[in-house]
Amino acid sequence: MKNPFENLDKILEHRTRLQIMSVLITNDAYEFISLKDVLGITDGNLASHIKALERVKYISVSKSFVERKPNTKYKITERGRNAFKKHLDALEAVVKQQK
Amino acid sequence: MREIPEYEKDLASIRSMMERSSKFISLSGLSGILAGVYALCGATAAYFTIQYPNAPLHYLTYSVDESAALGKLILIAALTLLATLSTGLWLSAKKARKHALKLWSPTSRKLLLNVFIPLVSGGIFILIMLYTGHFGLAAPACLIFYGLGLIQGSINTFDEVRYLGFSEILLGLISALLPGYGLLFWALGFGILHIIYGAIMYNKYDT
Repeated sequence: MKNPFENLDKILEHRTRLQIMSVLITNDAYEFISLKDVLGITDGNLASHIKALERVKYISVSKSFVERKPNTKYKITERGRNAFKKHLDALEAVVKQQK
Repeated sequence: MREIPEYEKDLASIRSMMERSSKFISLSGLSGILAGVYALCGATAAYFTIQYPNAPLHYLTYSVDESAALGKLILIAALTLLATLSTGLWLSAKKARKHALKLWSPTSRKLLLNVFIPLVSGGIFILIMLYTGHFGLAAPACLIFYGLGLIQGSINTFDEVRYLGFSEILLGLISALLPGYGLLFWALGFGILHIIYGAIMYNKYDT
């Protein structure tokens, strides 16, 4: 049997990034502020992980103005969805193998 | 390489993030129980307004058409609704604080919108029914539209809310066949069912 560790996604091995992806896979779109609330982390921390996910095109960003205030929304991309599923399968396989 | 328990924690955190971000878990079972108690008080007050001295199980063959009694009924309903909403809001805020969650979040906004669409259309429909003199089916209509609202709202909260919704609709339909027992069914649906489901949810999620 192939080593399931090889299928783990390096980007998603970081828990905060995995959590961001979990929120975005269950919801159509999520705002920066709400994402910060649900994860319970600081602005800077969230921004750096979002940047990492954006760079590999796992999530897409849309900026607009709502009542003259900037509003940033994130969505999961098709590429991100596939990567998340693959990583989840690998996680399950890794945990199962140890039992 | 990381340790295996770390990967198990990853899996657990996926599940908890999915739930936290899409389900409103601050809904309190206790507020369901209290809503039921308020509804029973309201139903008792309504009983003394329109039915007394006939027994509660007496099948009404007349309908309420005096505007004085109707005004009183609307007042009782409004007070019950106000008490229910404020208790629900207060207990949810308390539970949200306990779980370090925001009461006003994308999830609670979605929940409210989903509940309010059937509820507001139903409310307007019932007011039109009362205005045009179709009193008999007002109580069943309350139950049915409320049930539809709960089923819509249950997408973003606990599954029990969906079953409560189905029970309300079923009760509403039976009640539509027996319009003379309107008040009795209303008390069953808004009083007893709320207490039962509130108690189930309190045991499962509040403690």
